[in-house]
Amino acid sequence: MKLKKMNFFVGLGLIIFLTLYLNLKSVWSKDTCIECHLLLDEKNVAIVENFKKDIHFLRGISCNGCHGGDASLGMDDPFASMDSQKGFVGTPDHFKIPAFCGKCHSDIEYMRKFNPKLRVDQHQLYKTSMHGKLLAGGDKNVATCISCHGSHGILPISDPNSPVFDLNVPKTCAKCHADASHMKNYKIPTDQFEKYSQSVHGMILLKNRDRSAPACNDCHGNHGAIPPGLGDIASACGECHSSNRELFNESPHKQIFKEAGLPECVTCHDHHLVAKTSDEMLGVGEKSVCMQCHTEPESEPYKVAFQIKANLDSLKNSIRQAQLLIEKAEKAGIDVGKAKFELNLAKDDVIKIQSLIHSVSLAKVTEVTQEGISKATFVKQSGQRALMDLKMRRIGLGGSAVIILILAFGLYLKIREVDARSKRVK
Amino acid sequence: MKTAIKLQKIYQWLDERVDLKKFQDLAAHKTVPQHKHTIWYYLGGMTLFLFVVQVVTGILLLLYYRPSAEQAFESVQFIMTEVTFGWLVRSIHSWSANLMIFTLFLHMFSVFFMKAYRKPRELTWVSGVFLFFLALGFGFSGYLLPWNQLAYSATKVGTEIAGAVPLVGDFILKFLRGGTEVSGATLTRFYGFHVAVLPMIATAVLLLHLFLVQKQGMSRPLELKSANPAPADIPFFPNFFLRDVLGWTLALGVLVALASIFPWELGEKADPLAPAPAGIKPEWYFLFMFQTLKFLPAKILFFEGEILGILFFTVLFGILIFVPFLDKKANLGISSRPLLVVGWCIVAFIILMTLWGVLL
Amino acid sequence: MEEKAPKTISRRGFINYLVSAGGVALWGAIIYPMLRYLIPPEVPEATASSVVAGNLDELPPNSGKIFRFGDKAGILIRTPTGEFKAFSATCTHLSCTVQYRSDASHIWCACHNGHYDLNGKNISGPPPRPLEEYSVFVKGNEIVVSKKLV
Repeated sequence: MKLKKMNFFVGLGLIIFLTLYLNLKSVWSKDTCIECHLLLDEKNVAIVENFKKDIHFLRGISCNGCHGGDASLGMDDPFASMDSQKGFVGTPDHFKIPAFCGKCHSDIEYMRKFNPKLRVDQHQLYKTSMHGKLLAGGDKNVATCISCHGSHGILPISDPNSPVFDLNVPKTCAKCHADASHMKNYKIPTDQFEKYSQSVHGMILLKNRDRSAPACNDCHGNHGAIPPGLGDIASACGECHSSNRELFNESPHKQIFKEAGLPECVTCHDHHLVAKTSDEMLGVGEKSVCMQCHTEPESEPYKVAFQIKANLDSLKNSIRQAQLLIEKAEKAGIDVGKAKFELNLAKDDVIKIQSLIHSVSLAKVTEVTQEGISKATFVKQSGQRALMDLKMRRIGLGGSAVIILILAFGLYLKIREVDARSKRVK
Repeated sequence: MKTAIKLQKIYQWLDERVDLKKFQDLAAHKTVPQHKHTIWYYLGGMTLFLFVVQVVTGILLLLYYRPSAEQAFESVQFIMTEVTFGWLVRSIHSWSANLMIFTLFLHMFSVFFMKAYRKPRELTWVSGVFLFFLALGFGFSGYLLPWNQLAYSATKVGTEIAGAVPLVGDFILKFLRGGTEVSGATLTRFYGFHVAVLPMIATAVLLLHLFLVQKQGMSRPLELKSANPAPADIPFFPNFFLRDVLGWTLALGVLVALASIFPWELGEKADPLAPAPAGIKPEWYFLFMFQTLKFLPAKILFFEGEILGILFFTVLFGILIFVPFLDKKANLGISSRPLLVVGWCIVAFIILMTLWGVLL
Repeated sequence: MEEKAPKTISRRGFINYLVSAGGVALWGAIIYPMLRYLIPPEVPEATASSVVAGNLDELPPNSGKIFRFGDKAGILIRTPTGEFKAFSATCTHLSCTVQYRSDASHIWCACHNGHYDLNGKNISGPPPRPLEEYSVFVKGNEIVVSKKLV
């Protein structure tokens, strides 16, 4: 027993000595967690290397900042560093992760030291989300903080390499939501990412890398992610498409959709596969969305749908005719700047109508159609004047050519006559 | 008949004061030799006619044109689109410039091959060569005036080449550009050259050239001197002159047709910061020189290829001036074979290089 | 002259007539366009690189108007502090024509609710880039807008 006690004190003394000695080394190696884990297997090495670019590490928080324990004790006794007495919690249990991150991220006094702007309600929001609710119910399969943000190489969301950077969000969500086997116990589809990629929002975001298009979180929320209720969809879409939302809300459809339990916006535009709109979606044709309900030709809505499309078509036709005329004139070298300007205003009217249809008000559409057509007609007239100009040039040329040829012929005869008179000319 | 009497009266009134009789005698006695090469005699007058067209259309243009970098392009656009018949005046001016230089080339080479430069017509030749240089100067300075992207780039390249001449190159470049870069200063300067300096010099040299032609009459090709019997000359007035007028009338018709059917393009406004358009090349009358310079390797022996090229053309143009003094045989009535061969080689070279530049 | 007397005269006369008539006609065809050319057109100056966008008295502070610049639309605004500014009126999102909103003192695009501040910078909504700014200067009572020189 005396030997054990002596060993203990010698050991302790060595540890103290080594701690003091190792303190003289660099900061990196001062961090025992890192120093030690670098010596372990590949998986650990990868984690540590990843951690080097982690925002937490860059802000001065090492492994023990989350995992607890003591990073300054040196390598001698690994288990001393990982002492639960020193707050070591190890790898948190899946269900405990939100609270684990929330320990700091919900503490405003703590967070404001690093970035006063950061929100501190993520954990709270998460608890209200579908993921949060399912997690609370014991579901191990759902996403927690690290599923989206990563665990050891966490980057700020403004960093283009972060999995939650705008452009990367769809792929991150798709990691689970597009995985059929992962999602097999839930009763929701797994084609959202596929559909989204083909949608106009997806194309803009993923192909053009244009951040102005919405990603999953823009409509579903970030931490409080939950699909919007049927009566709230217009609000979500209306965040960007505000005029359409207002028009829709004022239209008879708002009440009718509510009563019929039809989802706003989605009924005509789908939600994930928001396709590029086309004028074929109007009217009474095959691709018309109005025909999903209003199939009765004698009904008022059917007639309105027909008329609206007819208005739009006639305006587009007017514009097309005017366009052809001014293109022809321009090719011939006539300045058509003013006409082009007016025609652009008429084209603006087409876009206005395509928005106005959400009000399903024939009166409103007709008014704008008339305005647009009068603009296009003005342009057509300019175009026709320009082409008339061109024709006049040709006629002028023809006339001049005739005069010149007559004169030339006359000169020729005169030459012959004069030559004959002078006799000397051969 | 009444008009004829009236004209007679006016003629008499002037004659009493200015002795028009002298000119009338000259006119009545002026003749043009008649032979198989007579057709070439029309080219001088044709070039003169086209020059007159340039002066007239040029004066009309300068009433609306603005020679500043900010306004030049817009003013030409204005002429093309807003001014009544502006499109016609401008297109005729551009087309006639090209046609004039073409006929000038033909005129110069026909005079060369017919050896009309021999004694006593050496000065006529020399003044003619200066007119040739002046015409090229007109073409180069006028080309920049619309201040479009093509013109800007072409001027940049052209003045760059001029600047490559050894010793005086730097001075020439600054003199032409009105600075170190092509800028609004270049435009104003080129405008001054184009509408004032060059016309003034050209008028003086042209008057000398025409005076000499009138004084000395038309030259006869060497081979025909000994023809038997010598064919009669045709009187200039009215026979040859009417033929001249016929030619000019038809030329006017061609100009009007070209201007109407193929209006001269305006292009885009010059942007000094934009890169030069791909495949930039000068107008066709400079193309053979440009193409030659492109063709030369970067280094020949220890000389820079480009400089050798420039020197080559400088020497060539220098020789061109002195042709009458170099071709002694012509004065003796003998056609110099080697000179003929050299002449044809030069013609072939110019044609080939121009074609190469156009097609590639 | 071997031609019969009357026929010669009438033939010569005819030729002379033809040449004179042709000559006069040609001269007419030259002089007429020349004279028309010399008479200045209604708008006597070239204006494509700068336009008169409005008059001093037609724009009170905190208002804006659309004007034509070549074949495109421009927007001339007078800020609440009285300064004149001009921008391209083509929204950088999907090319709708923007308008001035005096309630927000913003330039606004009605198509998808894009907002630009009074420096033309895109501040909210889908537009990805600011509006191109033009140079404005006041000449007498006229407000002249021109493209910004590089």
